[in-house]
This record gives sequence, C-alpha cells and structure tokens, in this order.
Amino acid sequence: MAARTFTINDQLVSGREGETILEAARENGIYIPTLCHLDGVTSVGACRMCLVEIEGSRTLRPACVTQVVEGMVVHTDTERLRNYRRIIIELLFAERNHICAVCVANGHCELQNLAIAIGMDHVRFDYAFPVCEVDISHGRFGIDHNRCVLCTRCVRVCDEVEGVHTWDIAGRGADARVITDMRQPWGESTSCTSCGKCLLACPTGAIFRRGATVSEMERDPTKIAFIVAARDQRW
Amino acid sequence: MSFLDLDEWLFELARHVELVYSPLADIKAYPEHVDVALVEGAVANADNLHLIRQVRERTRTLIAFGDCAVTGNVTALRNPLGAPGPILQTLYVERADMSGQIPDAPGIVPALLGRVLPVHAVVPVDLYLPGCPPPAPRIRAALEQILAGGEVLLAGREMIKFG
Amino acid sequence: MDLSELIEIAEHERASRRSIRIRCCTALGCQSAGALSLKQRLEEAATEVERQDIEVIGVGCMGLCGNGPLVMVDPDGVLYEHVRAADAPSIVAALDGGEATAPLGDPQHPFFTGQKRIVLEHSGIIDPERIESYIAAGGYQALYHVLHEMTPADVIDVITRSGLRGRGGAGYPTGLKWATVAKSHGNRKFVVCNADEGDPGAFMDRSIIESDPHKVLEGMAIAAYAVGADQGYVYVRAEYPLAIQRLQKAIAQARRLGVLGAQIFDAGFTFRVDIRVGAGAFVCGEETALMASIEGRRGQPRPRPPYPAESGLWGQPTLINNVETYANIAPIIRHGAEWFASIGTETSKGTKVFALTGKIRHTGLIEVPMGATLRQIVEEMGGGVPDGHVKAVQTGGPSGGCIPATLLDTPVDYESVQRVGSIMGSGGMVVMDDATHMVDVAHFYMEFCKDESCGKCIPCRAGTAQMLHMLDVIRAGQATPADLEQLEQLCLMVKETSLCGLGQSAPNPVLSTLKYFRAEYEALLNHNADRATTEP
Repeated sequence: MAARTFTINDQLVSGREGETILEAARENGIYIPTLCHLDGVTSVGACRMCLVEIEGSRTLRPACVTQVVEGMVVHTDTERLRNYRRIIIELLFAERNHICAVCVANGHCELQNLAIAIGMDHVRFDYAFPVCEVDISHGRFGIDHNRCVLCTRCVRVCDEVEGVHTWDIAGRGADARVITDMRQPWGESTSCTSCGKCLLACPTGAIFRRGATVSEMERDPTKIAFIVAARDQRW
Repeated sequence: MSFLDLDEWLFELARHVELVYSPLADIKAYPEHVDVALVEGAVANADNLHLIRQVRERTRTLIAFGDCAVTGNVTALRNPLGAPGPILQTLYVERADMSGQIPDAPGIVPALLGRVLPVHAVVPVDLYLPGCPPPAPRIRAALEQILAGGEVLLAGREMIKFG
Repeated sequence: MDLSELIEIAEHERASRRSIRIRCCTALGCQSAGALSLKQRLEEAATEVERQDIEVIGVGCMGLCGNGPLVMVDPDGVLYEHVRAADAPSIVAALDGGEATAPLGDPQHPFFTGQKRIVLEHSGIIDPERIESYIAAGGYQALYHVLHEMTPADVIDVITRSGLRGRGGAGYPTGLKWATVAKSHGNRKFVVCNADEGDPGAFMDRSIIESDPHKVLEGMAIAAYAVGADQGYVYVRAEYPLAIQRLQKAIAQARRLGVLGAQIFDAGFTFRVDIRVGAGAFVCGEETALMASIEGRRGQPRPRPPYPAESGLWGQPTLINNVETYANIAPIIRHGAEWFASIGTETSKGTKVFALTGKIRHTGLIEVPMGATLRQIVEEMGGGVPDGHVKAVQTGGPSGGCIPATLLDTPVDYESVQRVGSIMGSGGMVVMDDATHMVDVAHFYMEFCKDESCGKCIPCRAGTAQMLHMLDVIRAGQATPADLEQLEQLCLMVKETSLCGLGQSAPNPVLSTLKYFRAEYEALLNHNADRATTEP
C-alpha cells in the first residue's frame, strides 16, 4: 500500500493510499470533530461536522469519506469551519428537545461533548420544541426521539454488523424518525435480536437501557469496531 | 444553592460587591444602575417578562445564570404541548371534580406566556453561564473575570457544559 | 429492421396522410381543459361532413398552454384557442367557408415566431402515441446512422464539439460526461434519463415526453451506444401519469419494431429501456438519490465522489442526463456538431426550453436560442404582465433565484444567469408582478425546500426548518436587524455545508431576494421585537 504525504494544518503528515483524511488525521493526532461517523460501519458524510477545507477545492469536503491525495493541503480548524460547526450543533439542539439536566447520557454524550468543544454556551436559534415520542415497548431498551440526532449509527450498525436491519428511517426532513421494522413499536419488532449494538452506537441519550437514570448511560462505541475487527479475523 | 457552594469565597466577593436585589433579600423593586445581574430561570409568565425587561434596562452586565435561563431547560418542557390555554382548560375545568375554573387573580397569579423562553429570546444577554446548576467554581471563574474587568472568556467542560 | 424498412414506414406514413390535418393538443395541460372530448367531437364532426381529405390527429404540446385547448388546422395554419368541444363542428365547417366559434389565435405572435425549435421540433406536430408518426418525421434515422457509420468515439466527439451542456440545471458539458462513462470500467454500464422534474412551475420534461417520447428514447440509445451501456432507465415521477403512459407505449412500439431491444438495426447493439416511477420526492432528482431509488433503496443522496460516471447504479459506471439533454442528441447527430454550435452564445450552445408561468399574459412552453434576453422572453414572447409591471423573474426553481426587472436585459445563458445570482436550472421561469411581496416568495420556496429535504444531512434538514422559521418571525414583525443578519449567516452556512445540491441551493431564494429586495425585509423588522407571546 503506497504512502501519501500531505499537509494538515501546516503539519506534514503521511497516510496510506485509500485512507480517508479523518483516518490519517487521527493517526497523526489531529482532532477533527465527528458525529455520524462510527468506526466499524460505513461512513455516510451526513452530519457535516468533519468538513474540512482543501486548498484548490471549491467546496468543503467531509473528512470521513474523502481520500487522501499526495500533496493535498488540508485545513481542519479555520474560523469558517469553527463557525459552521457551531451552527450545526446549535441547529441540532434547537431541532429536538435536548435537556441535558435530565438526560441519561448527561456527561457521556457526544453531542454534549461537541457543544463543549465548539464553545457553545447558548443556542442562538429559536428552539423548535417538537412533539417527539418515547418508545419503551422493548423489555430492555428504550428510544427517546427527543434526543435523536438522526446520525443513523443505529441503522448502520444494525444492518452492517448485526446483519438484521431492524432500524431504518421513515419520513423526511425535520419529520424524519428512526424506526424499528415497519414503524411498529420496538417491543413488537420481530427482527430485533436485542443485541444492544444500537445502544452502543448511539451518540446521545436517544437509545438507552431501561432503568437508567440521569447520567447513567455510559458506553463505549469503540466496541463496535472491536466486534467488526474480531469477526473479520475469524472469518 | 450552588451559589452558596462558593463557601468562604463569598466573603471575598462581599468585599467587592453590594447585593442590591435578590429573591432572598427583602427588596421589592429592582433598583436602577445595577452593575451585574445573575438571572436565574426562564421567562415563563407575564411577571417574568416585566421583570426581565426592567432588569435589562437597569443593568450593565446581564448574566443568564443556569440552564433554565440559558435554554429554558426543564421549565420549557411544556412548550411541545403548545400554548397553555387549552391545557389549563383541560386541567382546571374539564378534569375538575366540581365547578372548576382557571385561576384568574390579576396581580397575584401572573398569566403564563405562550411559550417558555430562554432569557436571550427576550432581551440581549451579555454572558451565559450554563449548568444545572452551574457549579461553584464556574460561578467564581465568571465573577472573578467580571470583577477584573475586560472580556470574560469561559471555555471547556468545566465552564460551559450543560446539565 | 434496416434502413430501407425504416424509410418504407416513413413513406407509407406520409403517403397515408390527408391533405387537411386538424391537430388537437392532447398534452396534459390541454387534456385537463377538456382536449380529449374535444378531439372526439372533432373526429365526429369530420366524419359527419363526409370529407375524405380531413383527418384529426392528437398531438403533443403546442406551447401556449394557458390558452388551451389548442387546435391547429393544416395546411392553412389556422390556430384556435380555448376551444370547447361544442366548437368542433364549427371548426370543421370553417373549412368550407363557415365561421368557427372558437377564438382565433395568432401563429405570427412573437410567442411562436421568437422560438427556435430543436428539442420541441416535433412537439405539437406528430402523434406521440404512434411510432410511425415519429419515423415519418425522420425519427430513428440518427440512431441507424450512429450504429452503422460511427464509432462510439465518433459519437462522443460530435457531442463534445456541439458544445451541448446538461439541461438539468448545472450545465455540465455533456460530451465530457459521456467520455468519462465511456472510459470507466465496469461489468455493465447504465444510461439513466432523469425525468424527475420537480421544480414548482416547471413542466418542460413532462411536455417533451408527452409530446415526443421516441426522441428521448432515441437520444438514450445513441448515448448507450457511445458509452457502452446495454440497459437504460427512465426515472419519471408518478405525478406524470400521461408521460409514463406514453413512454410505456413508445417503449413497447420501439421494441416491436426492433429499434430498442436486442440487435438493434442488426448492428450487434443491444439496449433495453425500463421505466422507474418515482414516489414524489423532489430530492430524487439529485442523481445519487435517484440511483438509490432505482436500486430500491431510500431515495437520499450520498457524498460525491465517486461520481455516477465511475460508480453509479449497483456500483457500475452510469450516465445520467436530463430529458431535454437526450432530446437534443438526435438533432445534433442529424445536423452535425457545427450546426448546433452555431446556435446560442460562446459558452452556451443550442436552445433552452422554458416553462413560462406566473403573472404573464401567455403561459406556456417556449424554446429559445441560448442568449435570448429575459426581456425578449417575458415581455415580447410572453406578452408581459397582464395589468401591472414585471417585478422579478424567478428562474431555476427552489434552487434558483429572483432576477429583478432592472436586469431583464440579462441574456439567458448558464454564466449570465449565474452572475446575477440565479441559475439557469431546468427551465422553470416564474414571472412576478408589483403585487408580489418578495419575502413571501422566499418563504414559499423555503417551505418547499424544507418539505422536500430528505433529512440526511443536518444543515439542510435543520437549516431549512430554521430558515423557514426565521422567515415566519420576520413576516410576523417579530424580528430585529440582528435576526436578519443571523438569517444571512445561516443561509451561507447551509449553502456551503449541505451534502447535496438541494441543500446547497435551498438558501438561494432568500439570498437573491435579499440581494435585490432587501428593503422589503427591512421594512418588516422591529428594533424592539422579542419572541415573547402573551397569547394564552
């Protein structure tokens, strides 16, 4: 595999051919914020948090799906990117009802972490206060759509790792919701194996263990990548 | 309560400031020419609305203090249900055991606003101090910077984490 | 099927024509105004007078949709407008010196004479439901010529030299796209026709398919030969039932005659076409979402690269062009690259079809050479605003922008329209008069974009919802100048960070109205406004 030498934030770095900017950046200790990206499943470039500037490129490019090119000059932390990332996070907080104070994921939440990293001390947009359902029909897990950011990590992990595809998306735009099977209550889903991988994958408090209370949902999404790696070696 | 967690630093603070208004102090009217106001809670009713406008007018530095003031937080949980009129009707009249009526006591029970709003949706805010509650070190860091004059900079998990 | 058989069909068709042809538009616009019963009455009336020299044929769109149903009588070229079924006997009687009760149209009006018809050359003239009618007009000869006398490289060369650019809106050079697909390696290759026209006020593609479906199929077949594909799909929205029906009929007829299917014209070239019906999502007009939909997945876009030309349907190289682009192919092959390149401007060759709608006297479909000015189109051809003045012209649908009346002399070509803050788009052109409030216009388009956002990427999903909300706040008089500034910031952010073209262009109607009509926004602002509502 050929090496690729290029520049991130004025730092000369090397990556492998076929590798994404995000992977190369992480290997070189350069932080690029992500939300919908999850190691072990396909990248979809949806959350736009990892957008970077590439000199000579007319548009901003998602680092999670853009491959490294010899000699490319990448900027990951410009004023413009910081501004846009903050707006994205604010839009997410305004879109649903994220109430950290009473959330199971408080203190262990990727959305909350991003807000801190981006320096969000308040949301400048009006909150939408939508009506969202909470589904606790499953015996062990629950989903609170108030906290869902539609990253589709649950959808992908269920499809690609567990191989079940219980989760999917219904509706579109602001009305889009993650659903189980044909939009029936999770507890009535016939395909769900109750493996809990969606629980591991969820970046916020949307998918939670029943019985968990404020700040109790601590999880390690890197286990997904571990499962995938272990399986790849075995087969 | 979190403010009281500042413990002995409160004595230090008292050397620099004069407490001119507080829900705990027996001062009826919000005074003029206030330097700093720590505003707790969201704007939920007509009294809140009147007071916050007055506070803004009479204060140099207005701090949204805590998640309720910054985001609406738990107090804004009623917003997805819509304007309070129909809810009050259901609760006080339709579901009442006998001869229900919506409380209506002008000057005593303030009218609810259509929506609970964070402070900055009503008046300009100078500094945001999130947290539920904001931990004492965070309050102290903010106040120290204000006392020192110049621009206040709060960053990082210890300073701006919600919840 | 070989060339002599093709010519035989054409000659037979021409020989069986009668000297007086009454052409009745049966495209969807006129149908909805009663054209089908009118056509039936015309046929009955022609039978009643027992004249063997009269025939009534159903044709596609004649263009002046706002005045439909339209009837044209050849060879005298008499045009009737707003024709009711009851007028039919009088129209036939008029051939013997009687007086027709239907209003006469003016075929010499600039609406007609200002046009240059390439894409619409057969539209309103041939019977779209009969392949023989298309063949009689020279149809499928270009395909024969290509298969027997040109290499795929020759075809791409001709298209490249013609200067044709994609008519879907972005204006990507068609020849370059074809060359990329031709060079890409794959087990199979596909050709896709994007007929998922969804811009409010746009109906060019529908009309082309309804009026001349074979022309699109022929263009696709030529493209397939050029890039090495053997399977084509037409992705057409379910809201176009007549277009789907005519396309189905056209495909069946073409297969029967052997101009589609296996061993076309005995040239060892196989090309099949299937229809895929969209379920009404605007975003499925975006090529990666369209492909996902054809594959049976949720219709939402994915990041590019890889581009469809390298990795499209089922990971194979795929050529995606718009209906109008394909409709230009056969004429270019027939008349040559130089002929096509001689029409239009330096960078935009050929013609463009526009759907002229809104506050305008003559509503309908027109085809003009690239470089015609908006003023020519709107004021001369369209006849201007009935009572009042043109305030702005919206081009490019929700992705486009509003061009103010002061810029009506802008020539319509890809670059010029972009320079004034809009886009050429697929050809929707909505005229607005003085009574139109531009904040309302922006609100309308934003509502559309918000409803049509697929929800995959955050800037588009949450951004369109937030922009719409901010427009609501502005319209309610609750916004401050700071709010307006924030709206602009949000617009820029959504434009630069959204995943696909829908999101990237969603702020355009706001940005372009802000650019030219800022005062209308500012008049609604209130320095002391806040969001508090005391309504219980």
